[in-house]
Amino acid sequence: MADKSLSAEQMRAYWDRTSKLMYGILFIWFIFSFVVHIFAAPLNNIRIFGFPLGFYMAAQGSLIVFVFLCWWNARAQNKIDEEFGVQDE
Amino acid sequence: MAYRIGQSSFVQNLGKIYAIYTGTFAAFVVFLGVLEYFGVPNRFLGYMFIFLTIGVYALIGVLSRTAEVAEYYVAGRVVPAFYNGMATGADWMSAASFIGMAGSLYFGGYDGLAFVLGWTGGYVLVAILMAPYLRKFGQFTVPDFFGARYGGHLARSLAVVVLILASFTYVVAQIVGVGIITGRFLGLGFQTACFVGLIGILVCSLLGGMKAVTWTQVAQYIILIIAYLIPVIVLSVQLTGVPIPELMYGQALQKIVEYEKTLGIARSHITPFISVLPGAKPETSLNGAINFFALILCLMVGTASLPHVLMRYFTTPSVKQARDSVWWSLFFIFLLYFTAPAYAAFAKLEVYQNLINSPMASLPAWVNSWGAPGLALVGACDAKNAADIFPLCKGVTGNADGILQFAEFRIHTDAIVLATPEIAGLPYVISGLVAAGGLAAALSTADGLLLAIANALSHDVYYKMIDPKADTKRRLIISRVLLLIVAIIAAYVAGTLGADILFLVSWAFSMAASGLFAGLVLGIWWKRCGNAAGVAGIAVGFGLCMFFLIMTEFYGPALKGLLGDAVTIVKIRGRDVAYPWGINNISVGIFGIPAAFIAQWIVGKMTQESSKEMQDFIDSIRVPTGAVKPIAGAEAH
Repeated sequence: MADKSLSAEQMRAYWDRTSKLMYGILFIWFIFSFVVHIFAAPLNNIRIFGFPLGFYMAAQGSLIVFVFLCWWNARAQNKIDEEFGVQDE
Repeated sequence: MAYRIGQSSFVQNLGKIYAIYTGTFAAFVVFLGVLEYFGVPNRFLGYMFIFLTIGVYALIGVLSRTAEVAEYYVAGRVVPAFYNGMATGADWMSAASFIGMAGSLYFGGYDGLAFVLGWTGGYVLVAILMAPYLRKFGQFTVPDFFGARYGGHLARSLAVVVLILASFTYVVAQIVGVGIITGRFLGLGFQTACFVGLIGILVCSLLGGMKAVTWTQVAQYIILIIAYLIPVIVLSVQLTGVPIPELMYGQALQKIVEYEKTLGIARSHITPFISVLPGAKPETSLNGAINFFALILCLMVGTASLPHVLMRYFTTPSVKQARDSVWWSLFFIFLLYFTAPAYAAFAKLEVYQNLINSPMASLPAWVNSWGAPGLALVGACDAKNAADIFPLCKGVTGNADGILQFAEFRIHTDAIVLATPEIAGLPYVISGLVAAGGLAAALSTADGLLLAIANALSHDVYYKMIDPKADTKRRLIISRVLLLIVAIIAAYVAGTLGADILFLVSWAFSMAASGLFAGLVLGIWWKRCGNAAGVAGIAVGFGLCMFFLIMTEFYGPALKGLLGDAVTIVKIRGRDVAYPWGINNISVGIFGIPAAFIAQWIVGKMTQESSKEMQDFIDSIRVPTGAVKPIAGAEAH
């Protein structure tokens, strides 16, 4: 691991960016964990490949979003790390 | 044995080693298939599957034996993101996921999807709130974090209590799962089977700790995912002609809804939010929605709090790899979870299409073989004395017209996954494969949990609090002895009590979520939060969760006396269980999780904020590079 450490000001900027990414992902997570499924009953009237849409969102749609969010978080945070020169490998 | 898995050459060749392993396993399955073709009895095939897979895990365990503390506790921190993802997948997916979940979806329909959502979405929280920071913190256990962050022994001890109660509840459920599978395939009594399964668990973890558990879990993941996917792919081909069950079960859902109408089944597979209270109509309701979302929240937050999962992210070589390995974990878990609803749909369609309203004389063979005493997972209850042939029919009186009506059919939750190979008309060797997969799922989770408990006792209690001067050898011996003792107690409890796997597992999630989540999140994200606040958060959150869990489950009427009309009493599991505000205690964490945050916030605002030193320490774990700042005056490391 490199020994680079940030100045107080850089640290604030780094954490600011990291927090924004966190809140952004947390927001999308909340939508696909809870909000979308509130409308499960009306969504079930729409059918795609035989799947009622409300059922599909809980069985697959949200899961795909979760995998994407974790992948995206790793990618975006790595970019922030590189920008501040604090990537650890 | 002279050979031992040396970390560096082994880690460099991981791809080759696991490719050869997977190929050998496939060849082994084909070989057993050939044996079956030439008339080798099923019982022998079952033995081969169980003993050979446990033998492989034992071999990995022996080859990974270690005398180094860092290897024993965190696998030497050399596990690449991809493999840590697989290991986490096996660690994570338990008997409840592998055997129980598809069954819950069969019965629960839409509402069962709370498990699918809850057991995947939590990884987003792990990724953004915790894993990279805990990895940077770089200690051995989750209580280590509480000890360092909230100033010492009190916070550490509380975290240890939560860890042990949650993990122990969880591990009992796993051993019940191991007992069910080994019992069924080896023809042993349940109690004996629990102890036989225990040997399978101990051979991996006892000698090599986290290092052995890691490489065994990767091997177990490969077996369990193959075993889970093959039967449902074949079933999908048979029912739809396309080998992608995840895509094709939409058609099955459509047909199920049509059958529901013609068969007059009130509870539809796709109707969301059906009330959990007895006597309610099977339609969308507020009570159903509240319970659905409460369960999702508890399972997700529990995911991000269970120490046996979080400690997997201590084993990667870097912070970056810890982050990457979270999404690999979720990807490997996703492969199973997005297939589970297909199992449920195909099994249900098969039952509606080929079983209901067919003559008793021409039932498919699997009904009789899985309904026989000893297995008793299916019941065709048309005859007056049906319970003599199908033990599951006890209490059901059929109309004896020689036709199997919907009301006369009984199927056990576990049967959906275990019987699918036979429903699909596959050879017995695939049933053996599924048993081996279920066993791998239960063993790998049990291993991770037992190790988490033993490490908390040996590292946090013994080394950090009782004898900080203990040398390496002594610490590792203590750790192994404790592992053995905890394992035997867990097997004894499992063998004597037995219990509903899904409930035990869900309670474990609620306990961990109520006790540890607020402390972990605020510890990293609110750096001014002081020591007293951290302690208050765990104590109030966990305390309230346990209060509601014990009261609702065992003292339902007393809780009703306390809360009055808000409580509904439901007769279930042989008790008067209380449903406060209509909430099923499977999601009891709904009381503890917010309480922990509120308590920690209020106490944090009222008491002294954290020292400058503590804030520097937190800054240092927020950034991947640089040394972790020591905290003087806190515990010695």
